[in-house]
Amino acid sequence: MTTFNAPHLEYATLLPLLIVLGGAVVGVLVEAFVPRERRYVVQSALAGVVVLAAGVDTAVVTRNLGLFHDKPGKVVAEGAIAVDGPTLFIWGLVLALSFLGVLMFAERKLESGVLSFAGQAAALPGTEAERQASTRGLEHTEVFPLLLFAVSGMMLFPAANDLLTLFVALEVLSLPLYLLCGLARRRRLLSQEAAMKYFLLGAFSSAFFVYGIALVYGYAGSMGFAQIANAVAGRTDGHVLLLGGMGLMAVGLLFKVSAAPFHAWTPDVYQGAPTAVTGFMAAGTKVAAFGALLRLFYVAFGGARWDWEPLFWAIAILTMVVGSVLALAQTDMKRLLAYSSIAHAGFMLTGFLGARSLGVVKAGDISAVQAILFYLLTYGFMTMAAFAIVTVVRDAGGEATGMARWAGLGKESPLLAGVFAFLLLAMAGIPLTSGFTGKWAVFAAAVSAGAWPVVLVAVLLSAVTAFFYVRVIVVMFFSEPVGEGPSVAVPSVLTMLVIAVGTAVTLVLGVVPGPVLDRLGDVAQFIR
Amino acid sequence: MLTAMILVPFIGGLVVAFAPTKKNPTLTKQLALGVSLVTLVLAIVLAVQYQTDGGTQFVEDTMWIRAFGAHYALGVDGLGLTLVVLTAILTPVVVLASWNDGDEGRWSTAAFFGFMLALEALAIGVFAATDVFLFYVFFEATLIPTYFLIGGWGGPNRARAAVKFLVFSLAGGLVMLAAVVGLYVESAKAGTPSYLVADLAKLDMGTATGRLLFVGFFIAFAIKAPMFPVHTWLPDTTEQATPGTSVLLVSILDKIGTFGMVRFCLGIFPEASRWATPVVIVLAIISILYGAVLAIGQDNISRLIGFTSVSHFGFIVLGIFVMNSQGQNGANLYMFNHGLSTAALFLVSGFLIKRHGSASIRTLGGVEKVAPVLAGFLLVAGLSSLSLPGLAPFVSELLVLVGAFVHSPWTAAFAVLGIVLAAMYILIMYQRVFTGPERPVTAGISDLGVREVVAVAPLLLLIVVLGFYPKPVLSVLNPTVKDTLAHVGVSDPTPAVAEGSGK
Repeated sequence: MTTFNAPHLEYATLLPLLIVLGGAVVGVLVEAFVPRERRYVVQSALAGVVVLAAGVDTAVVTRNLGLFHDKPGKVVAEGAIAVDGPTLFIWGLVLALSFLGVLMFAERKLESGVLSFAGQAAALPGTEAERQASTRGLEHTEVFPLLLFAVSGMMLFPAANDLLTLFVALEVLSLPLYLLCGLARRRRLLSQEAAMKYFLLGAFSSAFFVYGIALVYGYAGSMGFAQIANAVAGRTDGHVLLLGGMGLMAVGLLFKVSAAPFHAWTPDVYQGAPTAVTGFMAAGTKVAAFGALLRLFYVAFGGARWDWEPLFWAIAILTMVVGSVLALAQTDMKRLLAYSSIAHAGFMLTGFLGARSLGVVKAGDISAVQAILFYLLTYGFMTMAAFAIVTVVRDAGGEATGMARWAGLGKESPLLAGVFAFLLLAMAGIPLTSGFTGKWAVFAAAVSAGAWPVVLVAVLLSAVTAFFYVRVIVVMFFSEPVGEGPSVAVPSVLTMLVIAVGTAVTLVLGVVPGPVLDRLGDVAQFIR
Repeated sequence: MLTAMILVPFIGGLVVAFAPTKKNPTLTKQLALGVSLVTLVLAIVLAVQYQTDGGTQFVEDTMWIRAFGAHYALGVDGLGLTLVVLTAILTPVVVLASWNDGDEGRWSTAAFFGFMLALEALAIGVFAATDVFLFYVFFEATLIPTYFLIGGWGGPNRARAAVKFLVFSLAGGLVMLAAVVGLYVESAKAGTPSYLVADLAKLDMGTATGRLLFVGFFIAFAIKAPMFPVHTWLPDTTEQATPGTSVLLVSILDKIGTFGMVRFCLGIFPEASRWATPVVIVLAIISILYGAVLAIGQDNISRLIGFTSVSHFGFIVLGIFVMNSQGQNGANLYMFNHGLSTAALFLVSGFLIKRHGSASIRTLGGVEKVAPVLAGFLLVAGLSSLSLPGLAPFVSELLVLVGAFVHSPWTAAFAVLGIVLAAMYILIMYQRVFTGPERPVTAGISDLGVREVVAVAPLLLLIVVLGFYPKPVLSVLNPTVKDTLAHVGVSDPTPAVAEGSGK
């Protein structure tokens, strides 16, 4: 007869995560008990407050753990969760991006007084029921708790320190997003198609992932990253199990970061999903998934670096080629941004190749973790702001995402077009924007580890990406408007705030990235 | 001091662009002229205070991004000083000469002059940066105002030309980025990473690494300069851009290419520079001859001047890479003189094109009779471009040829052909456009106005004065050349250097 030992949980350290989960649960209750008219205010305020509170608490935890005083952080929840520098940084970043996400979700002015989500998701597109839902002004305020659940998954994902937690986090992160993708108010068929594709492919990749977990467990005899790392370090045989497991798990994670050849869903989903969701998902998922990828491969499989590195060389190059070359042919703004995000995944994977043994990295060197985390920071904010801008360029049918419709935007609204041009230049990596410093950091990390051929490819493809970003600028500033031209809807202060914050961060991190980079250098250390 | 020289035009540019002067474009123009004149005064003060005994002066150095080893470090040596001064001289000239060019464009007049001043600020930053990272930032940042200047004002195909310019420049810039990142890695290997040129020059890199990084920098500079075979963007751009933009682009920004070759290629990779010399010299000679031959065949005046610059830049690169003091002195002086003579050529022919409404040589003829002052100005500018003795470019071209002869007589023999061709492209153009019987289409062309004369006259004056008395500029340049050559020769003196410095 075994006795049951209650697991020991460090509640104080885990509090940010618990706040978000608790907030999500409360949100579900609000949905059940608060009258319909008041739900919007309660839900959006709740989501905002929860995310802010979790963000503040993340700062408190960071201070309490003494991360800036050479303390490494600690492994909590019986070894299931590692709260260290990268974890806390990603928590902070995800929460900041989620806050912007909440603001975009809560935008009501653009759809003349209702959310940009379907009035009644269950009503078939084009039916009487749908018309009724929209005339009655119905809204799905469930999007806010769904967002919070997704955020909790995004926070758990990079912190997971064993395979099972990792998988649970992956699902918690993905399921709400599948649902959110299908909730667009306009172009509902496209949106539902996106959700379906995302769900099926996502489920498929999860299956790969779980199978990979099984193989790695079979190899190492444990789910914990530390034990796996030990097994890998002292390995004598069992190569097939390990290599197979690593490969399959990589498939699952690379799917999430939308690296080629697992990127096929990205353009369709980014295009079909409500733009607020696209922005949140593009930024948040990538941040979380890269965090998980880093921890899994640097901590658990770090000893097998020579085995997985060739694979990632190929994937990084392929991803950059696919992202930048296919983007050239895009005529839809959201698809263009989707391919651009694929290309960015490739650049980050270039930084991923900058893995070096601890002994080799000198103090003050740019480490791969530091570089990628910094890149995620820059990428997250510019992506959010870019998608926020997409939501305000509209015509009679809702958002005008066709690139031809953006012609002459520079005349229509010089400020907005100027800001968008600035963000595009940042994505292209022009100096004095955060995109440049981010790119520089990942390239430096990769070259330091000897991956200069990949960097050379990356640099050449950067020129290709620059070409299509510039094409958008040309369309906005140098083309005459077609027909009546696009109109820029005036959004509420919420969306403006998203654009302003994203742009400000992009500028500040471009001009004075020093403090952030130095701080990151202090904390970018995984624990086992 | 240098920071002030960057900030004055930059802030001035912002003021010009955003000040509420919509109803009164003249005020915008006066404001822009004022800002550029203040910058010129600063530049003169700088030049007067400069000690001619060499070394980097007016040094500023603040840590910028510690993790990258990047400093906000400024300073000028002789070469940097002459180019900063050149920038400061040309900007007011261009503002005055392009007085009305900003009125008919995609955006407002204020934007036109705002971009120009921003460009001046960034160009000064490029020439004054003594940190590779900072240089790179300025280098890339210049692309943005230039892009909008080309794309916003000028000929009908300007948007295409602007994109071509941007793609070529970005491609070069990104290749250089790879090399810049590589430098960081080398620097970090040796200790604390630092991007200061002074620190990097001391770096002991492996031969292969050094050569690889050299190639990265050189490609970017060759595109910028522009050299054969990556020059194709230049004629397209000069054809479409306004004359003022062309001047800023060819006379100032393209100098970044040759400036970068001296400062970074020679300064940081002495071994690799010597290694690459044969190839570079061959490319330079091809540029000289190819640019000149194509210039002869052009019908569009602006394109023609674009190709002459390809030829002139061939001379400059040749002078740099023959690796002796005559060649380098000549090349450095050439950068300054070419700036003056090409600016004059672009601006005066721009006046003509504006009056005539077309840049096609075929449609012109006999202009001499209706616009004698214009013809005279263009003749002086043209003669300076073909290096007539007594005009400034002659001195520099002669020095380059002497340097080439010291390097190898064959090189000089080929390069001399460039002079013959130069005489052809300029004189044939002059003959067709200005001499001959008056034609009905050209009868209405009026002569230069006061504003136009005032704008261009200082350039012509400088060209004549420096043609007879180049010593002020040479005495500033000479110590810098000595430093550069000493640095290149330090680790492993080559016969070519020994010959040159033994004089």
